[in-house]
Amino acid sequence: MNQSMPSIAAATELSRRDFIVSTGAAAGALALGWSVPLDAVAQGAGSELNVWVVVRPDERCVIRIARSEMGQGTLTGLAQLVAEELECDWSKVSTEQISPQANLAAKRAWGEMGTGGSRGIRTSQDYVRRGGAAARLMLLQAAANEWKVPVSELRVADGVITHAASGRSITYGQVAAAAAQLAPPDPKAIALKDPQTWKIAGKPLKRLDTGDKLDGSKLYAIDVRLPGMLNAAVRSCPVFGGKLVSFDFAAISGRPGVKGAVRVNDSTVAVVADTWWHAKSALEALPIQWDEGASASVSSATIAQHLNDGLSASGAFAQRNEGDAPKAIAGAAKKVEATYATPFLAHATMEPMNCTARVSADSAEIWVPTQNAEASHAALSEECGLPLAQCNVHRLDLGGGFGRRGGNQDYVRQAAAIARQFPGVPIKMLWSREEDQAHDFYRPISVCKLSAGLDASGALVGLHVRLSGQSINAYIAPQTVMDGKDRRQTQGWWAEPGDAQLGYAVPNLLIEYAMRNTHVPVGPWRGVNTNQNGVYMECFIDEVARAAGADPLAFRRTLMQQHPKHLAVLNAAADRAGWGTPLPPGVHRGIAQFMGYGSYSAAVAEVSVSSSGALRVHRMVLALDCGHAVNPDQIAAQVEGSVAYGLSAALHGEITIDKGRVSELNFHNYPVLKLAEFPKVETVIVPTHDFWGGVGEPTICVVTPSVLNAIHAATGRPVRTLPLKHVKLA
Amino acid sequence: MAKLNVNGQALEVAVEPDTPLLWVLREQVGLTGTKYGCGVAQCGACSVHINGELRRSCSVPVGSVDSSDRIVTIEGLSRDRSHPVQRAWGELDVPQCGYCQSGQIMAAAALLAKNDKPSDADIDAAMTNICRCGTYQRIRAAVHRAAALKVAKA
Repeated sequence: MNQSMPSIAAATELSRRDFIVSTGAAAGALALGWSVPLDAVAQGAGSELNVWVVVRPDERCVIRIARSEMGQGTLTGLAQLVAEELECDWSKVSTEQISPQANLAAKRAWGEMGTGGSRGIRTSQDYVRRGGAAARLMLLQAAANEWKVPVSELRVADGVITHAASGRSITYGQVAAAAAQLAPPDPKAIALKDPQTWKIAGKPLKRLDTGDKLDGSKLYAIDVRLPGMLNAAVRSCPVFGGKLVSFDFAAISGRPGVKGAVRVNDSTVAVVADTWWHAKSALEALPIQWDEGASASVSSATIAQHLNDGLSASGAFAQRNEGDAPKAIAGAAKKVEATYATPFLAHATMEPMNCTARVSADSAEIWVPTQNAEASHAALSEECGLPLAQCNVHRLDLGGGFGRRGGNQDYVRQAAAIARQFPGVPIKMLWSREEDQAHDFYRPISVCKLSAGLDASGALVGLHVRLSGQSINAYIAPQTVMDGKDRRQTQGWWAEPGDAQLGYAVPNLLIEYAMRNTHVPVGPWRGVNTNQNGVYMECFIDEVARAAGADPLAFRRTLMQQHPKHLAVLNAAADRAGWGTPLPPGVHRGIAQFMGYGSYSAAVAEVSVSSSGALRVHRMVLALDCGHAVNPDQIAAQVEGSVAYGLSAALHGEITIDKGRVSELNFHNYPVLKLAEFPKVETVIVPTHDFWGGVGEPTICVVTPSVLNAIHAATGRPVRTLPLKHVKLA
Repeated sequence: MAKLNVNGQALEVAVEPDTPLLWVLREQVGLTGTKYGCGVAQCGACSVHINGELRRSCSVPVGSVDSSDRIVTIEGLSRDRSHPVQRAWGELDVPQCGYCQSGQIMAAAALLAKNDKPSDADIDAAMTNICRCGTYQRIRAAVHRAAALKVAKA
């Protein structure tokens, strides 16, 4: 590889030199040796054309990926965008991941690494495409130089450059070394392809990362094994904010394999042993004294009271105020009012929180599943008191993220704090499922009261939304909260176009948010505030449409004439679903539309409710306009995934608080959706090709309201609280 | 000391008999394709075959099996990802994050071993493993596809 990349080589040499590497278990054989991921950049030589593209003599095109892969397909999508501009042979593309230390050393040449907010592709598409295009231009110029012909006479396809006039051809692999010596073109001056002409991007290509997920050989962070490694099991005070007072190591010191017990931070203790099973078993037997603190008396009932107070409290809560909604509603011919509530939720990634750390006096390194490798790097540096340059992060693909493994690097800090107390010894820290449920950054709890006024003709003249609930920013980024206001909580009700704009025009509109924080840690959860806000807005609009005697689709259409993109997506969902056409007996439809993460979503659900109240979701049609559709098959996969995550929450999901702590500690009382409950899902992608929207999160916000509206159609009664397992439908 | 037969290989591991088979496979044997998800037989990420039966290895004490019990893990399902279930999973790009897929594939393979042509209802009843990414629609389609591949192979 080109010598301009010493930082990556240095970062990877450590792991290559120090560890014997096995690439995981061969089929049928037993794995011997150690399992650590190869830092990909060190693998094989090649000509580096720029930070994104390396071409090898064997024609393999290596595309570098800075964002995290957690199942959402960003790795494949980004590679498609680079390959499209590069004009290489897709079958010869491979990828390698960039480490945050390499990015830092290269002055962030790879840009942002954080992978959340459905930004992985949309906020890096421009510079990665320019990287691919710049590499193509250099390869073409190298061929032109070789043949002494004008570059304008050359054509390229699938990594083969041809000169028609002389009948010559040469491959990328053959000119790559010469191309790498050329001055790179100014990326900003490069004309990118018209997406309408795409041949690789925009196509439903297979994922690049499926193979090793089929035979158990894919290495997740939980699978890392290093020479001399010990394992740690941790427990934090079950009451949020409580403290660790003491623990009695003598009581477990004689247990098999136990090496020690250590204070991790002021609320956490770890047991370290030869195996994790030994560590976990010993931890369960460890006498621990907690100071549970003032929050030990908090319960879901006291939290509900706190939130309900926010529905009627007076204060400067307005986030959006147009016209005079209270007056318009007070004077309206017909008034509609409803109050909704949604609970805390855990992420429950299938791979529990874990991190392997090795810390010595002058260096620290971790092997970690992270949505934000730079945040992991910073957390490691801070926790160990070592400069970033002495800290290395080996990131592994995540066994689920959903927002849990982003900015909050609590598990990295814990692993580093344990490893510091065992200098030079690699420590794999793994949370039990119970610990993972007990110490999440939960989707916040909220309640919402909505009021509407209809005039004599059934037209909506005023809408008043009063949201009361916990603020994510107040917990994770308090510096962004000013005067108790947090605009983020009203995501989806915003006026500005482009991100999370309300698709309805209402002459008198008041959107208020009363912040009511609790001691429970909160954070982003797939779809974040669009989840609850989508339920509140879209279920209420259905109630208003009923009050107006109007069809829910027709009623929405009249409010959406100034929002053509929202409307087109709503219409696409309705058309595919056959809105208004007959259904089998007992089956009813519901509809919803909402916007988040720069994309427009709509859904139609078909459900039945039996005479005993059993719900069955038969079919869901989801429409999405994400601007450009980089890989339609992976977009469909994300839409299907949003249905599973959303329906899990709607049907079953609830974290409750008793005595200051979480009650739902495993899947027996925090059930999640299973295959038998999954409806037939049809994805309708209606890209308008004039913007770049997100994909991973947008559609989740219409899943639950469309189902609840269908239930309303089936039973004649609205559902205003979740999860449905507590709602009697018959 | 436990005597085991894993993927056709006999081995002995020094471990307490109440240790769950999952952790013996992962920590002593070194086969990490079998995953920890819940530890209480709820999620199925740890699914293996014991004498052809689908078992959740987090809840199987290693002392309850011996060298006469044939344990097959995801690593032993085929030598080269050629099992019809693995082929179908690849064809339909089933996995997202992939973490639960070892267990899903083992569950599907166990289903097809007993039922050559499972109906949707059979799949609903048999495939109870949790996937948080939401690959269920593709799992259903891939089980049907695997059944077809199995017939074609036979």
